[in-house]
Amino acid sequence: MAEELLRKTYQVRGRDFDKAGETATEIKQILKGLDIDAGLIHRAVVIAFEAEMNVVMYASEGTITFVLSDEEIRLEIADKGPGIEDIEMALTEGFSTATDEMREMGFGFGMGLPNIRKNSDEFDIASQVGVGTTVSAVIGLDSSG
Amino acid sequence: MKLAEIRDILKCEVLTGATALSIEIETVVASDGMSEILAFARPGALMITGLTNVHSVRTADIANVRAIVYIRGKRPDKKAIKLARESEIPVLATRLGMFDACGILREKGLKGGM
Repeated sequence: MAEELLRKTYQVRGRDFDKAGETATEIKQILKGLDIDAGLIHRAVVIAFEAEMNVVMYASEGTITFVLSDEEIRLEIADKGPGIEDIEMALTEGFSTATDEMREMGFGFGMGLPNIRKNSDEFDIASQVGVGTTVSAVIGLDSSG
Repeated sequence: MKLAEIRDILKCEVLTGATALSIEIETVVASDGMSEILAFARPGALMITGLTNVHSVRTADIANVRAIVYIRGKRPDKKAIKLARESEIPVLATRLGMFDACGILREKGLKGGM
């Protein structure tokens, strides 16, 4: 049984573009202070940042829960928002429902969820249209960076 | 190649990080799409972009990008410069476009970081 070492939940506000990325940056700082492989930190932080940007761009609000155990880094994202109609399409690189505003900010090119999945050893997503989306991403500490 | 050399070759203005121009750059990643940077940039790469908002710097920090060159004479806003300073990421600006900036650096031996 894995021993949980650290658990932190961050609130993320939809449309708050000024603060977007602060959660991922804080998670990066925490991980960098620990004895964890730099490649694994990179993967975890990319997941956290893409997830955070998704919540900011699409949802009204959400949470990112960061859990570190002696076996894995786990990120649980839950948002209240429009949900995703077709999850398979949303996981296809290049597919996007982003607005021009999001693209002007450098996001919304249909890479976010694929990036999250690519960097995860275990990935799970569930969504209900009109309610919200949950994403779970796990990186094993014994996996490669 | 040292960042100082890149500054000279691309005729860059240094907006922040003037004391860090001795860092070595081996690979370059160029895009206006931040998820592409996050997906493909090798840690330590130089990022060339025309996207000048604070998210470009945030992305560079998350992706372990070593330095940023903004192209087409674009200048990042104050928030972006502030974050770059805090994140210790040197920021340069050139009047060259993406194609020319990338082409020149490739001719000089730098490799793609994607």
